[in-house]
Amino acid sequence: MNWSYAKNIVTGLVSLVQGMQVTITTMLSPSPTVEWPRETASLPARFRGHIMLVADGSTGFARCIACGSCVRACPSNCIEVRGEKPEGAKKKSPTLFQLDFTKCSLCGLCVESCPVEALAYSRDYALAGAERKVYSSMDLLAGLGTPFSEQCHEF
Amino acid sequence: MIITQISILRTLLMILGITLVVGINAVFVVWLERKVAGHMQFRLGPTEVGPAGLLQTVADGLKLVSKQIIFPSSADTPIFILAPIICLIPVFVALVPVPFSETLQAHELDIGLLLVIALGLLNTLGILLAGWGCDNKYALLGASRAVAQILAYKIPLLLCILPVILLAGTFSLREIVVAQQESMWFALYQPVAFFMYLIAITMETNRSPFDFAEAESELVAGFHTEYSGMMFSLFFLAEYTYMFLASAIASILFLGGWLGPVLPGPVWMLLKIYFFLFLMMWFRWTFPRVRVDQMLAFGWKILLPISLLNFLLTAGVMAAL
Repeated sequence: MNWSYAKNIVTGLVSLVQGMQVTITTMLSPSPTVEWPRETASLPARFRGHIMLVADGSTGFARCIACGSCVRACPSNCIEVRGEKPEGAKKKSPTLFQLDFTKCSLCGLCVESCPVEALAYSRDYALAGAERKVYSSMDLLAGLGTPFSEQCHEF
Repeated sequence: MIITQISILRTLLMILGITLVVGINAVFVVWLERKVAGHMQFRLGPTEVGPAGLLQTVADGLKLVSKQIIFPSSADTPIFILAPIICLIPVFVALVPVPFSETLQAHELDIGLLLVIALGLLNTLGILLAGWGCDNKYALLGASRAVAQILAYKIPLLLCILPVILLAGTFSLREIVVAQQESMWFALYQPVAFFMYLIAITMETNRSPFDFAEAESELVAGFHTEYSGMMFSLFFLAEYTYMFLASAIASILFLGGWLGPVLPGPVWMLLKIYFFLFLMMWFRWTFPRVRVDQMLAFGWKILLPISLLNFLLTAGVMAAL
């Protein structure tokens, strides 16, 4: 029996044991899997979902003044805003705020350009829709209060 | 008259017991394998069906039963059908002389170990028939590899068992355990043989890193490429039962079978068996498959000389004492 034969066996064995050590420590360490939808992973603080309109604290209406600076800032041309002055008000309010999320690149220029901080990133990441329309024309005013009466609102 | 009735009843109970062991073991081991594999790869394994996914195998089994069995048009149909049966039946029968405690044993045979070894050889015959019968190049390659492999591991395997037989002085599996009751576990007398036996049973059960007969990444699925549905699951059942059998023999030969403090015998036996099964899974999910020539060189150049040396040394020492 020569020396390298025995040495080969010993070094081979040591490396096998090292390999087994790796797998057993992996097995005993907790799995990083988050079982969605039963649990949800915590989102990073600066997570950027699609944009959404921020409601004014006192009225519950959108803070937006329909100035259109987000429309001009958007490089993808995916925001459409129309606004009118409600009776007796000094500022405009949006009657339509539509986002084409299929085009949006989440650059955030609209949020930065907004003079009244009426835009924010939502934290909604579980997006799913049965039709393309659901995301190609998202109505961001939905769910917000409106200063217009029903007849005036376009929808 | 009464004696024949009792012996018939006993035989029926024996068949029922072994069937239960085989079935429950397969369900449990497949689940365990998937769990172990998952956790070793930062996954969770099955979690949905039943508590902790325990019933996943039952669901998969139902799916397999309901699937169509496809016969290749050029297959040798009788051999094609016979192959999985030849794989499964011997391991079934080989469980007969395995004792789970002093009294819990299907049938005591004074040549129990020889029977188990002889029936274990038939597994390769089944694989060879499967590879030959379905007329598929991958299957035939897998089968020929299995035959090359059996030559490389079976002789060292037997040479690892022989020192234990020398120490115990019997071929009866129960007597071997009883012999360890008086002294110590044979693993302590025969660490080299124990270690080599572990390697040899990994080869014997066609498990990674020696799973040449299947070799998913090279041979599609090796000898069972053409099998589907229930016939495929028979191969699976045979493989997992074979693992169970090999682990049972390992714990009887080297770890004192049912012997152990506090807990009852069968519990110790099962603990030891599943320890070996876990070890085999651990091997599988750690080591990559070696090359065929490496395996043959390993079998003939390392396992064989060392186990032969170990056997001769044991025989020499026993003759001197």
